[in-house]
Amino acid sequence: MNEMLMPAVTLLFAVAMIGAAFVAIQVKQISIAMLAAGLVSLLASVLFLFFAAPDVAMTEAAIGSGLTTFLFFFVLGRVRGGQRD
Amino acid sequence: MIKRVIVLLFLLGLGLLFIAFMQGYTPDSELNLTGRYYAEHTAQDIGATNIVTAIIVTYRGLDTIGEVTVLFLTAAIVGMLLSRGNRKGKSLQRELPQSGELLTTGSYLLVPLILLLGAYVFINGHLTPGGGFQGGAIVASAILLMLLTDPLRHFSHQLIAIVESISGLLFVIIGVLGLFYAGGFLDNRILPTGELGSLFSAGAIPVIYSLIGLKVGAEFSSMLVNLSETEDS
Repeated sequence: MNEMLMPAVTLLFAVAMIGAAFVAIQVKQISIAMLAAGLVSLLASVLFLFFAAPDVAMTEAAIGSGLTTFLFFFVLGRVRGGQRD
Repeated sequence: MIKRVIVLLFLLGLGLLFIAFMQGYTPDSELNLTGRYYAEHTAQDIGATNIVTAIIVTYRGLDTIGEVTVLFLTAAIVGMLLSRGNRKGKSLQRELPQSGELLTTGSYLLVPLILLLGAYVFINGHLTPGGGFQGGAIVASAILLMLLTDPLRHFSHQLIAIVESISGLLFVIIGVLGLFYAGGFLDNRILPTGELGSLFSAGAIPVIYSLIGLKVGAEFSSMLVNLSETEDS
């Protein structure tokens, strides 16, 4: 990638990551907060790729944004089921 | 109010600390001692093109056993906690809404491909980025897709447990074989290192990483299956 473009894109992703993290903390609906937390992981994995760490990027994408997000949803479904009874 | 001020002050202090670090930071122009050793010796000693894999599986193989054990403990604890609930009770007989046509057909197409990608990632761990942990997570995400399509689908716990324990056992046995036939515990040179860059090279690394991939995949799958089966309890 272009010498000038690279820091700009990296900065953009970093700012988007911080933004998603704020959304995850502030938003009222739990499901949106979980999705935002998954987005933080996804952006982090792209950043790892920029920093020439493809191994870490793969782990982050598969576990951080994939499995963890769905694990949260499974647990949310379980907790809601408990409340209804 | 005072709480907020304290939090803001804390964040400000943290920011100042990071700015101070930034100002004193100069990137290294060369690798440090350990890094240089790994970079120079991996290709001839271990025979792996991916240095990260050589470090994870061989140089720091003991740490990897620790990581796998931690993951195993996590899966075991999740299973133990969830087994207290009434598994597959009458609540699961409840009619679930049909998962859509798109998800069903898409999963028929995607599940084999995702499984194949996972196997590719952990078998080629010594050549390309990725390895056992990543491949295992990808395999487990295929299981997750199957669970999303049909939440009532039954997965054999027995099979998952057998795959998990056999691959873990073989991992340790290969490690111990390294003590007798090569330089030490988890030394990969119990098998010939072969030609640099080919699939059957780097000694025991592809075998060990495939076992780790199967083990990690089985552990994640068992967690997902446990959570899914008790979801509506």
